Amino acid sequence: MVVNASQDDPEKARRFREAALPYLDDAYTLARYLLRDAADAEDAVQECYLRAYKHFDSYRGPAMKPWLFAILRNVCRAEYARRKTAPTAVEELPEGGEQTPLWNEAPETPEKQLLRRFDGETVRKLVAALAEPFRETFVLREIQNLSYREIADVAAVPVGTVMSRLARARAMLRSAWLAEQEQAK
Amino acid sequence: MTCEEAEVLIHALIDGELDAGHAREVEAHVEGCAHCAALMKEYQEIRQAIAESDLRYKAPLELRRKIEKSLPQPQAQAAPTRRSVLRGFALGSAVSAMAATGLVAIVLRNDDEQRIENEVVSAHLRSLQAGHLTDVISTDQHTVKPWFNGKLDVSPPVIDLTAQGFTLIGGRLDYVNAREIGAVVYKRRQHVINLFVAQTANTERKTAKISTLQGFNIRRWSDRGLNYWAVSDLGADELSEFGDKFEGAMRANKEG
Ligand SMILES: [Zn+2]
Repeated sequence: MVVNASQDDPEKARRFREAALPYLDDAYTLARYLLRDAADAEDAVQECYLRAYKHFDSYRGPAMKPWLFAILRNVCRAEYARRKTAPTAVEELPEGGEQTPLWNEAPETPEKQLLRRFDGETVRKLVAALAEPFRETFVLREIQNLSYREIADVAAVPVGTVMSRLARARAMLRSAWLAEQEQAK
Repeated sequence: MTCEEAEVLIHALIDGELDAGHAREVEAHVEGCAHCAALMKEYQEIRQAIAESDLRYKAPLELRRKIEKSLPQPQAQAAPTRRSVLRGFALGSAVSAMAATGLVAIVLRNDDEQRIENEVVSAHLRSLQAGHLTDVISTDQHTVKPWFNGKLDVSPPVIDLTAQGFTLIGGRLDYVNAREIGAVVYKRRQHVINLFVAQTANTERKTAKISTLQGFNIRRWSDRGLNYWAVSDLGADELSEFGDKFEGAMRANKEG
């Protein structure tokens, strides 16, 4: 086994700290939405940072956040596999399911009234209920503020796929939003 | 353009991801189509509601500690000197060759500044969530200033600018660029100004620069070994005024 001397390099550790630790809350937030479990999210983020540090020598920048997210996403996929249930795992999506055209969901005619505002807890619940891979795309865009290009890099899909997933995600969220609004009446 | 196409593309339009030509096409469709116009309005409302909700989670302290512990510890806790920063680049094999050229050095530095400005804006946004703005609430500089003592290596200067139209609200410890720093909080009308202050090894004075990020204005300057970032949704002119008043009062303090 080859021992990498730079592994214990305090200078590397310092650079890694400065570059990666500021995104800890971001990484934890993403893991919470991907795994929907606080303890699993904590484990995944810790594993993500371990892997990121190990591969830090090959990091070419410039954007640290998407780089970390790509690692974290792989950790979370391994976690899906471990759970086996995996109804929400990206790779478990039924063949062609993602290609279902958006207009098959027939968005109802937009309401005349204003959309109701919900408290943060309710909105979190609605977002967390989105199916994968739409939830992931939505969270990367709306909560993490990544560009389509960055999301494409994180999820390893073409930009066009990001666009259609995001359209689906928002259409689903809108339906859920209106249903919640109806229920709250 | 059909409604089916527009229903996908309005999202890219909302996100500002369309090139000018496509943006015009979608806009033209939306203008002439009540269905898509209403739909787009709803999506914008939902997006607005999402942006205003606190949907983020904060990493548990224990997680931060576990990760810290798994990394090799730095030899000294002192802030890195310029020399050690350069040595850091020299060690990073990928960067060292490129760092020899001035152009890349500039790119790196800008990336770094940009990253810190991003963090400062994130910290500002976090502080606006209910209950996060201040750790110590006081309009009295003689209460806020000593509160920082012992919590940071160097306490930030706390200056009363009430007479100049900026009310001191309090202070807070925040976390920017991987270290704890002080934030002094001011208000003008309903607008919050966070003044982030961090120690720097570089004592060179740097005059103010105004930039805009995610709709917030940032006034950044350095003086006497401290880096300052004032962040607010105030207009650039009023934020500049704040900075000028602050720097003026600092000079008066030193001379007086
Ligand atoms: Zn239409």
